[in-house]
Amino acid sequence: MFLKPILAMHIPDGFLSAPVAIVGWLVTAVLVGLALREVRDRLGDRQIPLMGVLAAFVFAAQMINFPVAGGTSGHLIGGTLVAVLLGPWAAVLVMTTVVAVQALLFQDGGLLALGFNVFNMGILAVFVGYAVYVWARRALGAQPQAMLIAAALGAWVSVELAAMATALELAISGTSPLDVALPAMAGIHALIGIGEALITVGALAFVRQTRPDLLGAPSAGVARQSALIAAGLVIALAIAFASPLADADPDGLERVAEDKAFIDKAEDPVYEVLPDYTVPGIDDEALTTIIAGVIGVLIVAGIGFAVPRLVRLNAPEKVRQQQ
Amino acid sequence: MYRSFERYQPGQSPLHRADPRVKVVVTFALIGGIALTPTHAWPAYPALWTLVAGLAALARFSAWRMARLGAVALPFMLAALPLLITVPGPAWTLGGGIAISQAGLARFVAILLKSWLSVQVALLLTMTTSFADLVWALGSLRVPGTLVALIAFMVRYSTTLGEEAERLLRARAARSAHAEGRPAGGTLFWRARVAGGMVGNLFLRSYERSERVYAAMLARGYAGEMRRLTPPPLSWRAALAGAVPLLWLGIVELAAMLWWQ
Repeated sequence: MFLKPILAMHIPDGFLSAPVAIVGWLVTAVLVGLALREVRDRLGDRQIPLMGVLAAFVFAAQMINFPVAGGTSGHLIGGTLVAVLLGPWAAVLVMTTVVAVQALLFQDGGLLALGFNVFNMGILAVFVGYAVYVWARRALGAQPQAMLIAAALGAWVSVELAAMATALELAISGTSPLDVALPAMAGIHALIGIGEALITVGALAFVRQTRPDLLGAPSAGVARQSALIAAGLVIALAIAFASPLADADPDGLERVAEDKAFIDKAEDPVYEVLPDYTVPGIDDEALTTIIAGVIGVLIVAGIGFAVPRLVRLNAPEKVRQQQ
Repeated sequence: MYRSFERYQPGQSPLHRADPRVKVVVTFALIGGIALTPTHAWPAYPALWTLVAGLAALARFSAWRMARLGAVALPFMLAALPLLITVPGPAWTLGGGIAISQAGLARFVAILLKSWLSVQVALLLTMTTSFADLVWALGSLRVPGTLVALIAFMVRYSTTLGEEAERLLRARAARSAHAEGRPAGGTLFWRARVAGGMVGNLFLRSYERSERVYAAMLARGYAGEMRRLTPPPLSWRAALAGAVPLLWLGIVELAAMLWWQ
């Protein structure tokens, strides 16, 4: 009981600095907004009862535990399981609802920290878990247990990555030193991830036996989309990891320009949104670089999503199916 | 019997009767303000606590009770504990070669105080606002309607499905007799598979329940959108009542940033 709040990855308020928490809210708002639109198009008016009841399912399923050793017990977080059963976009909304209710009603995780809590457990875990699942399932091919092995891998990786992201967010906030928090979180969750993988496999095996019709193969479009998003999120995290540790030497071209003394001839760009990759008004150098990086990734991602949609506006409007 | 887990405490205090929209906005603003407090602004923490205690008194909760409830998130402090030894700067040496960094200790204490205050603020919202009011407030504050409906559904059905889960757990317990001194059940994998089967079982029950719920909603004229009442306009009095704690917060934060650092 004492260990539960630490193991469960729900960051309380006070442990994230205000700028970090706001970045979390921005990233999460964008991705949940996308999920809302994707799911509305796919599920139509069934979406609310289906996802709402399944959010309650995740909540209730977290009560089902099994004794591991030394008085600890394993239980489910659920991101990968729901992603395999419902697809990643609906899983994002289900897990967002679960994490939001835990924060609003039970103070399990903070309100200001809710942005990153939803991101870690509801977005990163879902997309990474699903992408690993799809990839492993394809790699294993005709193996009869391919689905279960792939789901186990996805579940383990998703928990591990969510834990590492939590450690990173705490470290950027100055709450926990990265060289202590990262190995501790990764180590504990390597074990928790095994529990997650075992329960996920057990649940999927049961569903496959009883209602195989609910478990189709992942569609190619969704698979590609979620692989892209998972890759994007992981790259963004990797950049954030690397940036404060990177040395102060500027990029190669600037270095050569300084060495050869022609850097003065460079002209500033006309617009400087993020001068020298820093956000004006924040003193901490590592923090401001990371935030600038995240904002930059968001802008690029926003353009990436907006352009195809603007192009689609010119295409003849597709007819919405009724019912 | 599955207990209701809601933390709402019905009452008639001024804080219970305040406009839920104002309460939600003020809660987020207070927690955001607490996060902005500079680490070394020590007088700010008691000043913020008087605000929390004042709001608790307004809700007729004892400040001591809130202080105790505010400690629920404190086990998470384990994450911040390494700060004591890793933050560079002047340090006090203890026996055994351990040095406690002064700056690290300051940051650690500040994090704990902020967490403790924030949890109390969030608790005040949850304890004085019924769940229906909370959902209504989120909807009128422009949280996407689908998300609000999902939150409402989840809370409505988590009691029902929680009871399903309890029946599954009871059934497992009833079949798990074991002799003293001998390990019960099979290997770890076997235990995990049993738990997994229960989760899969619960999923199918939930999935089929959602189909019945959907059919029942269609039968009652559901057309893809949850209907909501139009929110009544926000009264001046309600908005002014919300401005009072925010003003106090603003003064404290201003003093903290200008003089107390």
